[in-house]
Amino acid sequence: MRTIAIVKRVLREMLRDKRTLALMFIAPLFILSLMYFLFQNNSTSVAKIGVSNVNTSLVKALKNKHTDLAAYGDHANAKTTIRQHNLAAFIHEQDGKLTVTYSNSQPSDTALVKQALQGGVTKLKVQALVAATKTQKQVLQQQAKVLKTVMAQQQKLQAAQGTTRGQTATTGTTTKPKTVPNYTVTSHYLYGNSDSTFFDTFLPVLLGFFVFFFVFLISGISLLNERTTGTLTRLLATPVRRGEIITGYLIGYGLFAVIQTIITVTFALTVFNVHMLGSVWLILLINFLLAMVALSMGIFISTFANSEFQMVQFIPLLIVPQVFFSGIITISTMPDWLQWLAHIFPLYYGGDALMNVATRGFSLSAVSGDLWILLFFAVAFTTLNVIGLKRYRRV
Amino acid sequence: MAQPMIDVRNVAKQFGANVVLKQISLQLPAGRVMGLIGPSGAGKTTLVKAILGMEKVDSGTTTVLGTEMPNRQIMQKIGYMAQSDALYETLTARENLRFFGELMGVTGTALTSSITHVAQVVNLTAELNRRVSAYSGGMKRRLSLAIALIADPDLLILDEPTVGIDPELRQQIWAELRQLKQHGKAILVTTHVMDEAERCDELMLIREGIALAQGTPDDLKQEYAVDTIEQVFLKAGRLQDENHSDR
Repeated sequence: MRTIAIVKRVLREMLRDKRTLALMFIAPLFILSLMYFLFQNNSTSVAKIGVSNVNTSLVKALKNKHTDLAAYGDHANAKTTIRQHNLAAFIHEQDGKLTVTYSNSQPSDTALVKQALQGGVTKLKVQALVAATKTQKQVLQQQAKVLKTVMAQQQKLQAAQGTTRGQTATTGTTTKPKTVPNYTVTSHYLYGNSDSTFFDTFLPVLLGFFVFFFVFLISGISLLNERTTGTLTRLLATPVRRGEIITGYLIGYGLFAVIQTIITVTFALTVFNVHMLGSVWLILLINFLLAMVALSMGIFISTFANSEFQMVQFIPLLIVPQVFFSGIITISTMPDWLQWLAHIFPLYYGGDALMNVATRGFSLSAVSGDLWILLFFAVAFTTLNVIGLKRYRRV
Repeated sequence: MAQPMIDVRNVAKQFGANVVLKQISLQLPAGRVMGLIGPSGAGKTTLVKAILGMEKVDSGTTTVLGTEMPNRQIMQKIGYMAQSDALYETLTARENLRFFGELMGVTGTALTSSITHVAQVVNLTAELNRRVSAYSGGMKRRLSLAIALIADPDLLILDEPTVGIDPELRQQIWAELRQLKQHGKAILVTTHVMDEAERCDELMLIREGIALAQGTPDDLKQEYAVDTIEQVFLKAGRLQDENHSDR
């Protein structure tokens, strides 16, 4: 009953505070959109390539929307040309050998050139093959014609003589087709498609992070407000249980966290057409658990802050490191001690579970280990909070 | 009533090296108004919080309504008004009253009629649907008092209830307190205002954590051979300082 009173009050206060509402519901969408466009633009960069004495067919093959080719003299110096014309790479051909000099000041440009080069060379090979098959096809067709006329003649002759069998036999052996298979490559992607970017892959983790960050901040600051304005002391001068206060907070802010998660997930799925292999409900459940951890952690941390400013100081200390260990940076390649450190951050488990569900289609049972640990975090912090309120009232 | 509403025995409390309360004892029977007077930092608020069970004491006991504090259930029978207005600014006065009423265990129609009644007492009926952030200091004080009265408690503990309230409304509030007293409620008030002290049935002077004097206003005036409580206060303080220098 008293818990409901606290839930109602938390909801009412939040609904009155339009700016905080906007922060919770619109800010994640804004940041998501911004990141979406930032990472999309990556694919439109163009690398300038200088060529000297390069076979024209190869130059043609190198051309694509990511390369810009310019021809220079046969004896142009690679280093000076790159510097003078701000090229990503310079290609020189001599006696059928290619020498490529990369500027390498932008690793992404170097990658583009390497890709174009590889693609170009393959394209040439394929073209050669296709040309070969074409000529063979023509030969084949010609021989088929020959065969036809021969057959016709044979029939005529058969009627007249019936003795030219040997001639047709020799023609038959030469027309045996020598086809080279014309490979077409079909690619399959487990998650996303050929247009997938960094954004698509890490979106699930980003969702979890937003929920965690905003819920942490808002719950922490609102409880801090209760402490500094004296309402917390006033609350504890009523027969309310300490657990009822914490539960009321968890439910009240938990509801907002659920709404926030639903909005951001729906936004990502509909507006950006992001693929989710696993169940959306499971994604919501993981985010809800993350929100619970963030809530209890925010309330707990607010004990150590005396002002909103001090609360904000905990962000670089507690929130930023969690981003590093949320799975955006591959954890399995980190040094051992860092991998060990990752395990103390709740977002490590949340990020792991979200990635596995969204990009690998894991089921509830497959990520249950992560979920139990998140639940443990939430319960542990909640217990600490209930004990911590003893500072204000002994029972 | 044989059993006192508040029974404080030999309570002592110190924060670090700073001694806030020294062996304070106090009894408040039902139907009486007791005033705690003393300068800022005398330990009045600490004593009040010790009675509520919100402050841990180093020694001694505090008993409220026959139950040793801290006790959560007894909180329901105490109407408390804190020194600072602890109100939810984004909510309206009515929502604040409703919230604290629900926490005190008042529900349904009882709560609705109680809200109407306490709003009348503190003269906020017309202002009930306004947000607290739009309230003046005096209005906030009155709302805090209304919250203390919401559950119709047996014991009222009011920490500086009339700061920032104009004289006319102060008269009204004291009239209401007198009525509550006649209904058998016990009231403990801390105050700076000497003319309020005169209205109490009993006074306790606290200075530097020590109970300097205790008795009815008239008794105290006689004891110190002065005309007003203010003079009692000043004289008692002087005597304390002299004793201190003698030691």
